[in-house]
This record gives sequence, structure tokens and C-alpha cells, in this order.
Amino acid sequence: MPEIKVTPLGAGQDVGRSCILVSIAGKNVMLDCGMHMGYNDDRRFPDFSYITQNGRLTDFLDCVIISHFHLDHCGALPYFSEMVGYDGPIYMTHPTKAICPILLEDYRKITVDKKGETNFFTSQMIKDCMKKVVAVHLHQTVQVDEELEIKAYYAGHVLGAAMFQIKVGCESVVYTGDYNMTPDRHLGAAWIDKCRPDLLITESTYATTIRDSKRCRERDFLKKVHETVERGGKVLIPVFALGRAQELCILLETFWERMNLKAPIYFSTGLTEKANHYYKLFITWTNQKIRKTFVQRNMFEFKHIKAFDRAFADNPGPMVVFATPGMLHAGQSLQIFRKWAGNEKNMVIMPGYCVQGTVGHKILSGQRKLEMEGRQILEVKMQVEYMSFSAHADAKGIMQLIRQAEPRNVLLVHGEAKKMEFLKQKIEQEFHVNCYMPANGETTTIFTNPSIPVDISLGLLKRETAIGLLPDAKKPKLMHGTLIMKDNSFRLVSPEQALKELGLAEHQLRFTCRVHIQDPRKEHETVLRVYNHLKGVLKDYSVQHLPDGSITVESILIQATAHSEDQGTKVLLVSWTYQVGILEDIHFNQF
Amino acid sequence: MAAHLKKRVYEEFTKVVQVSAEGSELCRVTPQQHEDLSAKKLRLTKPSKSAALHVDLCKATSPADALQYLLQFARKPVEVESVEGVVRILLEHYYKENDASVRLKIASLLGLLSKTAGFSPDCIMDDAINTLQNEKSHQVLAQLLDTLLVIGTKLTENPSVRMRLVEVACKHLTDSSHGVRNKCLQLIGCLGPVEKGVAKEAESQAAKDVQKIIGDHFNDQDPRVRTAAIKAMLQLHERGLKLQQAIYGQACKLLADDYEQVRSAAVQLIWVLSQLYPESIVPIPSSNEEIRLVDDAFGKICHMVSDGSWVVRVQAAKLLGSMQQVSSHFLEQTLDKKLMSDLRRKRTAHERAKELYSSGEFSSGRKWGDDAPKEEIDTGAVNLIESGACGAFVHGLEDEMYEVRIAAVEALCMLAQSSPSFAEKCLDFLVDMFNDEIEEVRLQSIHTMRKISNNITLREDQLDTVLAVLEDSSRDIREALHELLCCTNVSTKEGIHLALVELLKNLTKYPTDRESIWKCLKFLGSRHPTLVLPLVPELLSTHPFFDTPEPDMDDPAYIAVLVLIFNAAKSCPTMPALFSDHTFRHYAYLRDSLSHLVPPLRLPGRKLVSSPVSPSITPHEDPSQQFLHQSLERVYNLQHLDPQGIQELLEFTIRDLQRLGELQSELAGMADFTATYLQCQLLLIKALQEKLWNVAAPLYLKQNALASAAAKQILEETYKMEFMYSGVESRQVVIIHHMRLQAKALQLIVTARTTRGVEPLFGMCEKFLQEVDSFQRCFISELPQMQGSFVDKLLDLMPRLVTSKPSEVVKILQTTLRQSTFLHLPLPERLHRASANIIEPTGESDNPLRFTSGLVVALDVDATLEHVQDPQGTVKVQVLYPDGQAQLIHPKPADFRNPGPGRHRLITQVYLSHTAWTEPCQIEVRLLLAYNSNKSKAATKIAKSTWNESLEALPQPENGIEGTIPFSKPVKVYIMPKPARR
Repeated sequence: MPEIKVTPLGAGQDVGRSCILVSIAGKNVMLDCGMHMGYNDDRRFPDFSYITQNGRLTDFLDCVIISHFHLDHCGALPYFSEMVGYDGPIYMTHPTKAICPILLEDYRKITVDKKGETNFFTSQMIKDCMKKVVAVHLHQTVQVDEELEIKAYYAGHVLGAAMFQIKVGCESVVYTGDYNMTPDRHLGAAWIDKCRPDLLITESTYATTIRDSKRCRERDFLKKVHETVERGGKVLIPVFALGRAQELCILLETFWERMNLKAPIYFSTGLTEKANHYYKLFITWTNQKIRKTFVQRNMFEFKHIKAFDRAFADNPGPMVVFATPGMLHAGQSLQIFRKWAGNEKNMVIMPGYCVQGTVGHKILSGQRKLEMEGRQILEVKMQVEYMSFSAHADAKGIMQLIRQAEPRNVLLVHGEAKKMEFLKQKIEQEFHVNCYMPANGETTTIFTNPSIPVDISLGLLKRETAIGLLPDAKKPKLMHGTLIMKDNSFRLVSPEQALKELGLAEHQLRFTCRVHIQDPRKEHETVLRVYNHLKGVLKDYSVQHLPDGSITVESILIQATAHSEDQGTKVLLVSWTYQVGILEDIHFNQF
Repeated sequence: MAAHLKKRVYEEFTKVVQVSAEGSELCRVTPQQHEDLSAKKLRLTKPSKSAALHVDLCKATSPADALQYLLQFARKPVEVESVEGVVRILLEHYYKENDASVRLKIASLLGLLSKTAGFSPDCIMDDAINTLQNEKSHQVLAQLLDTLLVIGTKLTENPSVRMRLVEVACKHLTDSSHGVRNKCLQLIGCLGPVEKGVAKEAESQAAKDVQKIIGDHFNDQDPRVRTAAIKAMLQLHERGLKLQQAIYGQACKLLADDYEQVRSAAVQLIWVLSQLYPESIVPIPSSNEEIRLVDDAFGKICHMVSDGSWVVRVQAAKLLGSMQQVSSHFLEQTLDKKLMSDLRRKRTAHERAKELYSSGEFSSGRKWGDDAPKEEIDTGAVNLIESGACGAFVHGLEDEMYEVRIAAVEALCMLAQSSPSFAEKCLDFLVDMFNDEIEEVRLQSIHTMRKISNNITLREDQLDTVLAVLEDSSRDIREALHELLCCTNVSTKEGIHLALVELLKNLTKYPTDRESIWKCLKFLGSRHPTLVLPLVPELLSTHPFFDTPEPDMDDPAYIAVLVLIFNAAKSCPTMPALFSDHTFRHYAYLRDSLSHLVPPLRLPGRKLVSSPVSPSITPHEDPSQQFLHQSLERVYNLQHLDPQGIQELLEFTIRDLQRLGELQSELAGMADFTATYLQCQLLLIKALQEKLWNVAAPLYLKQNALASAAAKQILEETYKMEFMYSGVESRQVVIIHHMRLQAKALQLIVTARTTRGVEPLFGMCEKFLQEVDSFQRCFISELPQMQGSFVDKLLDLMPRLVTSKPSEVVKILQTTLRQSTFLHLPLPERLHRASANIIEPTGESDNPLRFTSGLVVALDVDATLEHVQDPQGTVKVQVLYPDGQAQLIHPKPADFRNPGPGRHRLITQVYLSHTAWTEPCQIEVRLLLAYNSNKSKAATKIAKSTWNESLEALPQPENGIEGTIPFSKPVKVYIMPKPARR
């Protein structure tokens, strides 16, 4: 029985280091190639030795697909392709291809230049790796080889995030990557058609959460910022360079525009500026509003948001500043925080999750006195707010996607085991499909029941459909024909055609039957009697009396001979071919 | 057949020769003859077309050629008489033709031809059905069925024809091509028997149940056919057939179809069924419970709000709004979304806001973990995909496509209007929509809120969110919000205070909103007198012991506060006691200057200025209306007094009417209209009273200035009367035209007396007589009511006038003009004068608008228009430069908005340019109403009743009289084109 095998090398009952191996109909595909944020040793990259111990990866893998540019989905790519060695094609969408190297370079800089690690991939490796990348468009069917084809669907989440359908023959797998089912200020919602894959591999970050409407959060955020600015205070928003930062920028930009506000908004330079450039370029990947208005004005060409300069932090009057990094643990955001923390008019808004130990986490948990380097005590008088802006689908969103795609099996990755358990149970209960949640390194095998296409000649099809009632899509239909299996192909042809092709002669089966009748008359009289009777009974058929003394009814032949021993008994010889329906109408018992 | 055709063709050819000979003889044509001629003219050109077609098609050597001929032929219309002939020719070629594409074109032409107005296609039906028999090509078959559909729709009254066509359609339903099946279903849907009785009578095979036939195709293998089947079913419903409840189950299955158009149509079908059988009971699958059909359908449609295709989502969201019979339990579920975090129940932001509000600590800051999840949830009880209506609107309002969001808001509005409890619940969601990213959605939700505002009371936190939108830079949004505030209920005095503060903030930010804000505060005050009362001392900043400085009376903010207080004081007699002295003074001032905003108050030591009109009197018995009618009657009755008396009476009446118009805004249109009319009459009388008529002609070249000026003015006024008022009926138009005719007569007389020589008079007389003639033709039906009028007399004298010399004509005219009676002007029910008010530019700025000469500067113009019909076509902006140069600008149609019935708003940009000036100088900007007498009501009547061709030849005296009427006060703008620097 054909089967699909899935082995997560990362992201199995875990978040981070997404890397999933799929073998489908003899093709091996690797989905994502990410790193783990939590480790600094070998564990940060997936264990590629699992794939093959000796021998090149290229021989084993048919292609690699990257769903989006987050490092936990693409961070290990240069290591995998350049250091471990893979020369096959790597597929990703255009925006991902554009932004991915920036992030990888940034990641490399931090690891190598700041932490001083060696034996790490180099800038040149990133470049070489990106040369192997094949960019795909949304809904474009790409033939990897003659049998394997892939197709990207929109996934929301971040710019260029995509879900991929991998298809070999009529077996298919859909991998969602990370996706978002509710639209936000700059991206639309994930969408997939009713492709009915054999297996849907979906993320499950928020498997046990149903989230509130985004509007309330947005409104709260805007209100907080607006009030502070009106009071003359300064607002600090620590963000990571990509993704949420752009969403919040759009949010504030449009609000400023709408409300006619004048206070300046600043954006820390560097990485973010570069990224904004790509957001401007890939307008087709954004949401409806931005797509529809970009002819008049590209929303990412901010009117109110300007580049930040270190000196601006001391300017008097209200302002809003977006600064990196997002957890206030270092860099520009921390510097600005130190400057502004003492004034109760100011405010800091944390738009995302903060890891324990960072300044962000401390102030969020209500600490008011912070010990900084050099034994300084920083008293925090400014207001601290927390707003969660996250772009993963919640439990309802995941269910909605499953409903849209109608898969035969579901496999959960990218989430915590305990939460997955709940979702798994729900999916099985509501959709009546099998749901799997393998751990890292564990292989799940799914048996498929692929339908086998058979060619049929048009003539035969027309002839057969003409016989029966109307064709009904929902019911199977019986038809007569000959199945020829030849050279790996199946064909259904008419019997004559089959005979001709195979060079066989046609044999006809005839059935005969003798009926004894007690009739003292002469043979031809008996025949005449039978003939008259048949004529009377079978009005709709052509009954003929042939000159040689036999009767034909359609293809049935009837001959009468006198019994060799008893002249009073006549023997009726009835002979017919296989396909006969008339016989039922003839009841010889009547004699 | 061919012989017959040929005969026909030749007949037509011969006719052509005859008529053209006849036509050439005619030089001058009277209207009667003319019509005759025009009728012949038609025959003259067009039959030759069908003949030509025949010839062409015979000539055609290849299918491509034939196709070309047919295409050319299709470009020109064919008139009724020759349709049948053309059809026969086409059919003949159809049978001969081997090429499918040509047959297809012929089939489509047959359909087009049978659409010809006035042609009854029953004569070609048989032929059309016959062509179906031997047709092999599916495309041609589909096209032929389409033609039959056209024929059928033209012959809907004939049941036997319909029967036959339906039978034909049923026969082709088994065709293997989807196109053919599609058309068949469409045909059945459009023509299938709707009445039960007829179906039984006919008794033939086609009397089969059409619903059954169509229903069988719900499972067709082709999605297009499935869609067509559902559409056909809907078509039957539209035509009045009661659909059977049995198809509900089938329709429900179609909701899960793979194709969006099928799902979209199925949603509609389910909706239709839910409206037909709301109370039937249907079982819930996989349980033994049962629910009402409408509830079940509601649940199913709600489910479709989260469909994968946005077209379906829009459709579903729209239909939800009209399902009002649904039970409230289901309705309220649509706003429900159980939140959880990490398997623990979480409260929504809305619930938290409500709790904060009820616990009294509204302004507390937000802490991290404030929304921390509370109780654990039983994992088994959580239903992630509810089959019911759960959260449908929550999803709809958060949708990616704004079309869906708008549809959801609209649906919410409709449902909330019928259910107060639902209105209360959906408030939070509507308020959230005020922050949508698309302005259209925001505007729509504000309007929705206004519509349901009588069902709701805003909580303070909700009010806070609502008021935050006041700072929006879009004027439309702000004004919509003001209107919303006019009719909202606020629960606390803090709420009122908050609203006032925010409105004042708005006022300082956008001073142009003044009027709108005052109006809003007027209603806010009069709705919440008891809530305003405790705020009064604070608002007026009075102090129990100390005198406070008197506020500035011209401060718009202070006026706003006063408007609020005075309107509240109207129904709160204790409030005036809190006022300080200057407040009373300010009251008196405001009551006079802003009487529409400040109500009469019963103040201590003061009489009520005017007693309010008691509501028991209906507007028709309104004393002012009575007054209007009385004064008019007086004028009309007294027409035989001596001229002096009439003049005085007219003058007084005009004065009265003008004053009445100023006082009573609802009667202003009528009063002005009649005053204008009387003014015309007065001018006419005055002109005829002139002494000049008695003096010998050459002597008074100067004095006649008055008479000719009067004539000119009357003409102008009549145009104003005709085009500036909305609601003018044909009865009034006659009178107006009559007045114009009189003015023209006057003009003629004056010219006759002042010019020497007869030559110019000939032309004028001729023209005048033509006008009288056209007047008669236009208003022939109204003439009997004009006994004794100028035109009546003139028409009596017409034979004489036509033959006599100009000088005599003038004499006759003069006497008739003097003897004619004064026509009674009937008043229409509603009459409104078009008016415009330029809000921007205000004309107050002293800063000149500087720009480099030769380049352009854009001037924003914002104006409100009232009672202008078709503003896009008529309203123009005029710019007058100091050198007398005038510029006329046509605003784009998109610049006009329609905020309410009869009201329009023009927001546009006017581009100015000029050569360099040495000093800044003012230009005038005003709005003009353009008119074209050709487009007047009378003229359109002619165009409809006669042939277009004959109209061209007719004398058209009024043809192309175009003009403009200024209808707004001019606004001065200070500009300064600087010389370009080199």
C-alpha cells in the first residue's frame, strides 16, 4: 500500500528549529530548515545526519522548501547547504528570498562578531546558498521534476509567508508553515482552496487559545499612545526589526493621518529601514487596503514616521519611537528606556513576549526599581503597558483551515505537546480524520489510497453513457470494456479495439439447449407452430422463418428435428450467444 | 418560399422608387405632411437592407465572408415591419449553411431581432423550434435555446407557447454539453408554469413538475449546470411559484459544494426557503432534536460567513440581515466567541470593559496580566467549530475584505433595528468598527449606530471610544458622528460632560465644523435636560460668591456651551435660576441671531417671545400657510381693479411673501416662487402703463429703457422659476412659459416702436409666431384652462396674424397684451428653491493666495447644495477675475456627495491662473445653475411623442437656449499671482 512518511527533525512537539522530512511516493522533500533560538550548541541546528549517514544529501533529497523568513524556519539553511552540503533546489517565495539573507547576515554577525564563535557559516556561504534558491509565485505550480510538483498559497503571518502543497501523482501533502487566519493592518489572512490533500501538516502554536478580536487590542494601543502624546509624554515601543514592527508602523501612520496629529514618530535605522524597502516592493503580498491604495500612495512610504537619530531622544515635547530590540535587553531601545524611565508622563509599550531575565520581563512583572550595570539603580516612573500582537492562527483558525482544505489526515507540528494533545482530540472528534503529532525523530507513516487514472477512448465513453441514464457524479457506474495494462499505463478500450491491438481472433460462445416436445406432427408443422407462437408472444422482436426450416429470433436460432427413436417426440434445438435478454420472454413451458 | 421572398424584395425595391419621387416634389412641409413623409422615409431606406442582406448572403463564397456580412448587418437596427422578412431570409440561409460559426451568428441574430420592440415573435417560433431538430453543434444549440428564451419572454402571456418551449427545453436537458443544459434550465426557470391550475389543464408531458426537473439537476456533474439549476429555481420563486420545502435538504448539501458560484446561489436558495417556511420544524442531524427551519437556515448561513470565497461570504453576510424571524437565542449567539488561553477561560476585552465600568474604576491603568485567564475549561466541553450561528458576526466584522465587513455591518444594523436586546449586545462590536482601516466601513458603522440609536444607551467607555473618532480628519466621518450624537442616549452626567469637552476640542481643531457641532449640542441638550442641570454652574463657570468675568460672546465654543444649556433649559424650568445676568443678555442675543438653535424659553420676568406652534395643528392648517393662500387669493380675485390698485396690492403681497419666506423656512420655496411670479406680473403691468405707448415713436428713445429692461428681467425670472425650483409640475410650466411669451411679445412691441424700417421686424414677427405655434403644440392639453389669457386670444387671432404685416401684428399684440387676464398660478404640493452655500473659501482671509503667474493654484471649494436636481449636470463654478474675465468650471461628478434627500455637497478643487499682478486682488467665486431649455419638461414631452427625424425639421425656437442662473452668494478670495522669477 502506498504510504507517506513524515519525520520531524525539529518542531515536533516543540517550537523552533522547524525541519520536517516528508517522503511521498518515492520523493523526499525537506520542509523548512530552521534554527533553535534557545540553544547555542549543536542542538541549535537540526540533526542532518539523520537523513543520510554517508553519501551526499543531494542524492537523497529532491528539494527543500522554506515557508518564510523567520530564523526558526530558515536559520540553518546556509549551514545545511554549504557546510553539510546540499546542491539541490531550494524553493521559497520572492519576498522570503529577498529578506532571508538580511536576517541570516544579521544572525551571523551577532553569533560570530559579538559572541565570537568560530566554525559558523560565512557571508559568502549565505550568498552561495541563496544562489541555489528558486523563487516561486503564489499559486504557481512548479515542477521540481517530472512527477513532483509544488504550489504556494498565501499564509499571512509575515511578508512572503506561504503554505506549500507538495504533490506527486494524485498523492499530496500541504505544509502550512506559520500562518494567520485573521487579517492585520498590513497582511491578509491565509487562504487555501479545497485541495483535499492526503496529509495536512499544520503549525499549532496557539492550539489551546481562542483569541479576542484584534480591534480591541488595536484600539487600546492607539488610545494609550494618543493619550500620552496629548499629555506631552514620550512613547517608547521596543520591537524586533521585522514583522510586527511594520504592522505597528502602519497602524500608527494611518492613525496619525486620520486624526491629523503632529507629534513626530521615529523609527530606529538599520535593519528595519532595509526591510521597509522590501515591504514597499512586495505590495501584492500585503492586505486589501494597502494593495488598493498603493497607486495613490504606498502605505509603507511613511509620511509621519522618520528615521531616528540618537540625539532626538533628548528633544523636548511628545514623540513616539520604535526601537530595537524588542525585549529591552540591549541596544538602542535600552538606551532610550534609561533616558525616559524617570518621567511619569512617558510610556513604554511592549508589543510582544519577553524572555525571563530581560529588562522587558522585569518591568512587565511590575518591578519598579532596576539594577543596571555598574550598580546603578534605575527607578521606573514611566507607565508600562503590554499589548500582545501575534500573527499565528488560534485554535479556531486552525480548525477553519482544516475545514477549508478538507485533508484526509492531519499532522501537528510547531507547538507544545500538551497543547497539541487537546487540538488533536478536537480535530479527530469534529472532522473524523486521523491526527498525528510525532516528536522529533519519530516517523509517522500514513497509508494513502490513491486513485489510479485510466485512459478511456472517447468513443467508448460516449457509447456507454448513451446506454444508461444521465451520468451522475455521485454514483459509480458500470461499464463494459477491456482494460489494457501496458507500459505503465492503463487504458480502457472497447473489446474490438482490444482484440485488434493484441492481434487475437474473436471467439464467440454459443449456448445450445435441447427441448423435447411431444408432438406427433411433421417437423415442419412443428416448426410452423413454434413460429406462430413466437410471433404471437414476441411482438417487439423480429421473428423469421428461414427457408431451411429454422427460426431466428434476433440472434437466436431454433431448429426442430424428429427424435431419432421416438417420432412423436420432436427435439427443439435452441442456440444463442451470450448477450441475450429475449430468452426470458420465451417460455417453452407453454407447449 | 424563395420565390415569395424574392417577390417581397422586389416589391420593396419598387416602393423605394415611388416614394423618393414623391418626396422630391415636396419642398415645404406642414407638420401633418411631414409626419407622413417621415413614415415613408423609414421604409425608404431600410427594407433595402434586408434585400441587401439576402443578396450579400447569396454572394458570400466562404463562411468567413458570410460572417462578415452578418456582423455588418447586426450593427444597424431593423425596424418592426421588416423583421419577419429578415428572419425568413436568415432562416433560409441557416438551413443551407454548413459552417457552425455562421449558424451560431444567425441564431444569435434571430434572438436580437425578436427583441425588436413592437414585433411579435410568435410567427417565427415554429421555425426556431424546428431548427433545433437537426442541429448537431452544441454551441449553436445553446444559442438557439437562448433565442427561444427571448421569444418566450416576449410571449409570456401565452401559456401554450410557454408549455411548448418548456417541453423543448426538457427534451434537451439530457444533452451532453453544459452550455445546452444551462440554457434549458434557464428557459425552464423563466417560462416554467407557475400556477398549479394551468399545469393540470395542459396535462401534456410538460406538465411534469418543473421543480422536480430542476431539482434533479442540483446534482449535475458540471458546476455551471448546478448553478444554473439553482438560479432557475430562484427565478421560479421570483415569478411567484411557491417552492417545495423538500428541496431544503438538497440545498443544504449544495452549501458544501466545491465551487463558489454554486455555494453562493445555494445560500440564496436557503434564504428564500427560510423566508417561505420559517416555522417548519427540521431535525438536527445526528441527534433527535428538532428546530425551526429559519433557525436552522440562519445557522447554516452563519457558517458560510467563514467560507473560503469572499463572494460567498459577502452574500451570506448580506442575507443574514434580512432574517428577522430568527429566534433571539440564535441571534445573540452570532456575537458570541468564547475565549480561552491555554485551556483556561478568558474574558473578552468587552466583558472586561463592562466589568471595570460597573465596578466603578473605569480610568484605572492596564496591568500586565490584567487579562490573565481565570478558570480552567473542561476540554470536552469546548467546541471549536460550532455548527450553529456562533460568532458569525465576530468573524464577519474581522474579515479581510472590506466588502464583507460592510455587508456584516449592514446586516447587524437591520437585525438590531428589529431587536432591541440584540442592539444592546452588538453595540460593542459596532463601536469597534469605528476604528476600521477603511473609511467607508467606519462611515457605514457610524450610520448604522445612528439608525439603531433609539434602542440603545451608550456606556461611558463606549462613548469614550465613539468620541475619540471626533478627531478624524475626514469631514464626512465627523459630520456623521455629529448626527449620531444628536440622537444618542447618554446615561450619566459625566458622559454629557465628556461629549461636550470632546466636541469643543473638535471645534478648536476644525473650526469649520461649527454649525454641525452647534446643531449636535442642541439635540444633546434637549434630550438630556436632567443630566445637564448639575453641570450648569461648572459650564457657565459661575461661582456662588464671586462674580466671574463675562465670556466673549463671539467665541464659538462659548456659543456651543450656551446652545447646550438653553436647549436643556427648555424642559427644565429650574435651570434659569442658575444663570447669571450676562447669560440672560446672551440668551436674548442668541435667540435673535441663531434662532434655529436656541429655543424660546420661559424666563422669569420675561414674556415668552412667541408661543410655540402647538403640535395638534397639522402643517396644512398652519396659519402661515393659510396666510400664503389668502394673500394669493386676494391677488387673483382683484384682477379687474384699476391698474394703480393692482400695482399697490401686488407690491404689498410681494413684500409679504418675501418676509414670509424668510420666517418660515418650510414655506420659503412656495413663497419665493409666487413672489417671483407676481413680480413678473407687476413688471409687465408697469411696462404696459408706461406713457411711451401714447407718444409718437421717435420721441422716447430713452424712456423705453424701462420697458425693455422689464421684458428682459421677466425673461430672466421665468428661467429662474422654471429651473431653480424642484417640484415644479407641468401646470406651472405652462404658466411660466406663458409669462415668457408675454415678455417676448413685449420685447417685440418695444423693438417695433424703437427701430426704424420694417426689415428687421419681419424676422422677429416670424420668430414670435413660431414660438406661439410651438407653445400651442407643447401645451395643447393645458390650453382649455387658459381661457381669456394672452395666448388664448392670440390663438384666436392666429389666422389673421399669419397673413398680416409686421406693423399690424405689433398692434394686435399690444392690444391683446393689455386686454389679457392675469393667470392664476396653481401651487404644487412641495416646492423648494435650489440654494447653495459656499462654506469654503470663507472669504474672510486677508492673506492673499500667492502663486507664480502662468502656473495654476488649486482652490478648495466646499459648498452645500439644497434641492438641486441632477447637480452633476447642472451645477457649475464660476470664477470672476478683477479684469472682468470669467471662467466656468464643471466639477467632476465624483465631487458631489449626497448626504441626504434633497441635499448635496460639492467638494471640489478649482484651478486658478492669471498673468502677473502688481497688487493682490480679490476674485469672486460663485456657483451657477446651468439650464438648457431643450431639456425642459415641455421639450422632452415633444421628443417622446414624435419621431426624432421629424423633430429636426420642425421649427425649434427654443433650441439651444442655454443659460446659467447664479444661485449662491459670491465669495471673495484674495489672490496674488506673482511674476515669475527669472
